[in-house]
Amino acid sequence: MEQWDLPLIWAFIIGFGVIMYVLMDGFDLGVGILFPFAPDEESRDVMMNTVAPVWDGNETWLVLGGAGLLAAFPMVYSIFLPALYIGVFLLLAGLIFRGIAFEFRFKANKSRFLWNWSFAGGSTIASLAQGAVVGAYIQGFETANGVYVGSALDWLTPFTVLTALGLLAGYALLGSTWLIMKTEGHLQEWAYRLTGPLLMAVLAVFAIISVWTPFVDDMVRDRWFSNLTVIWLLPVLSMAFAFLIFRSVRQRSEALPFVATMGLFISTYLGLVVSRWPYVVPPDYTLWDAASSPDSQLFLLIGLIFVIPVVLGYTAWTYWVFRGKVRAGEGYH
Amino acid sequence: MELDPLILSRIQFAFVVSFHAIFPVFTIGLASFIATLEALGFVTKNPVWIKLSTFWTKVFAVVFGMGVVSGIVMSFQFGTNWSNFAQASANFLGPVLSYEVLTAFFLEAAFLGVLLFGRDKVPAGIHLLAAMMVALGTMISTFWILSANSWMHTPAGVDLRDGIFHVTSWAEALFNPSFPYRLLHMVVASFLTGSFVVAGVISAWYLLKGREVEANRKALSICLWFLLLIAPVQAVIGDFHGLNTLEHQPMKVAAMEGNWETSRNVPLLLFAIPDQQSQSNLFEVGIPGLASLILTHEWDGELPGLEEVAVEEQPPVAFVFWSFRVMVGLGLLMIAFAVAGLVLRPGGRYWRTNWFLQGLRFMSVAPFIAVLAGWFVTEAGRAPWLVYGMMTHAEGLTPSLTGGMALFTLIGYVVVYAVVFSAGLYYLMRVLYVGLEDHTESEEHDTRRPSRPFSAADVPFEFETAEAGNIGGSKPTGGL
Repeated sequence: MEQWDLPLIWAFIIGFGVIMYVLMDGFDLGVGILFPFAPDEESRDVMMNTVAPVWDGNETWLVLGGAGLLAAFPMVYSIFLPALYIGVFLLLAGLIFRGIAFEFRFKANKSRFLWNWSFAGGSTIASLAQGAVVGAYIQGFETANGVYVGSALDWLTPFTVLTALGLLAGYALLGSTWLIMKTEGHLQEWAYRLTGPLLMAVLAVFAIISVWTPFVDDMVRDRWFSNLTVIWLLPVLSMAFAFLIFRSVRQRSEALPFVATMGLFISTYLGLVVSRWPYVVPPDYTLWDAASSPDSQLFLLIGLIFVIPVVLGYTAWTYWVFRGKVRAGEGYH
Repeated sequence: MELDPLILSRIQFAFVVSFHAIFPVFTIGLASFIATLEALGFVTKNPVWIKLSTFWTKVFAVVFGMGVVSGIVMSFQFGTNWSNFAQASANFLGPVLSYEVLTAFFLEAAFLGVLLFGRDKVPAGIHLLAAMMVALGTMISTFWILSANSWMHTPAGVDLRDGIFHVTSWAEALFNPSFPYRLLHMVVASFLTGSFVVAGVISAWYLLKGREVEANRKALSICLWFLLLIAPVQAVIGDFHGLNTLEHQPMKVAAMEGNWETSRNVPLLLFAIPDQQSQSNLFEVGIPGLASLILTHEWDGELPGLEEVAVEEQPPVAFVFWSFRVMVGLGLLMIAFAVAGLVLRPGGRYWRTNWFLQGLRFMSVAPFIAVLAGWFVTEAGRAPWLVYGMMTHAEGLTPSLTGGMALFTLIGYVVVYAVVFSAGLYYLMRVLYVGLEDHTESEEHDTRRPSRPFSAADVPFEFETAEAGNIGGSKPTGGL
């Protein structure tokens, strides 16, 4: 197996898992973020129904990512989790609360408002925590001999607060465009109205992050400014997608705003990846440093080759079965 | 006061894993029970089996859902609180735990949906196959998890280089010396749990109340036959497991027996107050020579005592000693109930005898306590080792972890679990209360909606007031 670069293969797999997670759980977290601001309780029913059949399938990518990271890049796992200790707890607590709300809200009557808060609060906290993780990754970690040596709240800086808000706005945008696609009537109209301001918020935060990031880290600055390279295509692409969202909302397209938002996420994600490549634990460790032993990586890869197509197939089938508009009163309970 | 992150992390792990464990322990047994009901229904064409299966599948859905939610936390615990251990053992544990996750996903993706929602949509044979595959899937999950855990007790097939375990033989590491015993012991424990919960629920909610008697006495009959087989078998497996532990982890057995000095003719202690400070038992009542006989099969067989290792390498003796007695005591009680079921069999008295049904009602919690006590024995009995003989708890701890952080998340998890799982448990009680009658095939089970586990249960969350009036205030919050 020496001729195969297993860590590279695994980096692609984990990277693919991350973006799958961000796009898929992103829109259902976004629906949760927008939940308290919905026009009425009936709209909330519909909003929840648009994501209810798919949300936990979306979260399987997170669990797979956690386990896969331990198996393939144990150093990432054992540095990120201690470094982001409190954040990880908040993320998990948030996900648990919103997860359980899906199950009980429809079965509840008197206690429904509690599940509403559980859903919205959990989604918001989980999104903020994920945004902070992105910021912490850009910032880098204080390590010695492959072990995290910083303290509990090192990750909490003005920069990570900004990235947390950025992802919150981003997920809300995914949520609003998802609702445009999946709903109709006054709820869809509400989602259309929301999308413009949300996009502005996302772009504003992205702009500040883009200007700020080079000051946070020298390597990133060198990469972007030392020579004008093709990586500048990525922000250009992001801007193009942002423009597309604007135009498609104005033209009252139904599916295009969501697709364009996914495009915006993917191009931004790639921008982040190329800024740091091949460092997975900045500033010191590359993906090859962080990898587990080759036979461990190979052992799991074999199983993954069989299971991933099944999971993808099932995911595709779920979305296919669930295609079309969700209407009030018809439901997944 | 200085907060010790090591102690707090151990408490936290014990808390989250104990909380998590009660769900799969039940679902593993229940999945096999459902598969059995499906098979009976398929072969005999008697609709009673299908009715029972439909009801228990609903229960399965809720408990499985809670297990998945609490399992998410588990997959991050190794990294947050035990990062040195995670990094050192990742070459082995990473793939093994990932395979467990893959198995669970595969199971859910391919078969769980069919089992929960497909009864009217697929041929009966396919539905039976799905039920059997779900049962098999839970077994495969158990296989991976227990292999990983057993490896921490009896590490094999690895080479420790520069603080990192490298796998030299996957076969030896996966099938490490204590694995077969632990796996069997755990699977049978799950069967016991499933059977006793089913028997207890049937007794408390149906037979004692005279509801749905015809179907439920049949289910109780199956449970009792099955218990008669597995309750004694579990005692035998436990004995072999103990012998295996004596061979590989003698100090754990010494703690279980409260045996401080290496000696012959060691008594089986029925009661004792082990005192680690004085390295002796303050008080003891025992049967002379019996421990030697059980563990060496000779009355004057020599058993190692705790004195063989330094005090700081001893497990917490009193905790292990008493956890072991709780487990064995409950195990014996389970055998007694299984035998009582046989004695009451003639004339069908087993489903009409009040004290027996009342007893079964309380026995539905016994397996959970026994399972947790058993895990306390084996896990605390490994202390101070995290990977036996190779890495201690202290070495495996996250270096950057402070006592305050560990305490914060410990309290956090306790609060989150308290809120979320009391809601879950409460809802489960509702499902059990509503019972068999209410599974009218509802119109909302629309074919085009791929639904998720919990939604297989369609009972309202709150207690409707009219309903509460009907049953004269006997709220469904009593013991399972």
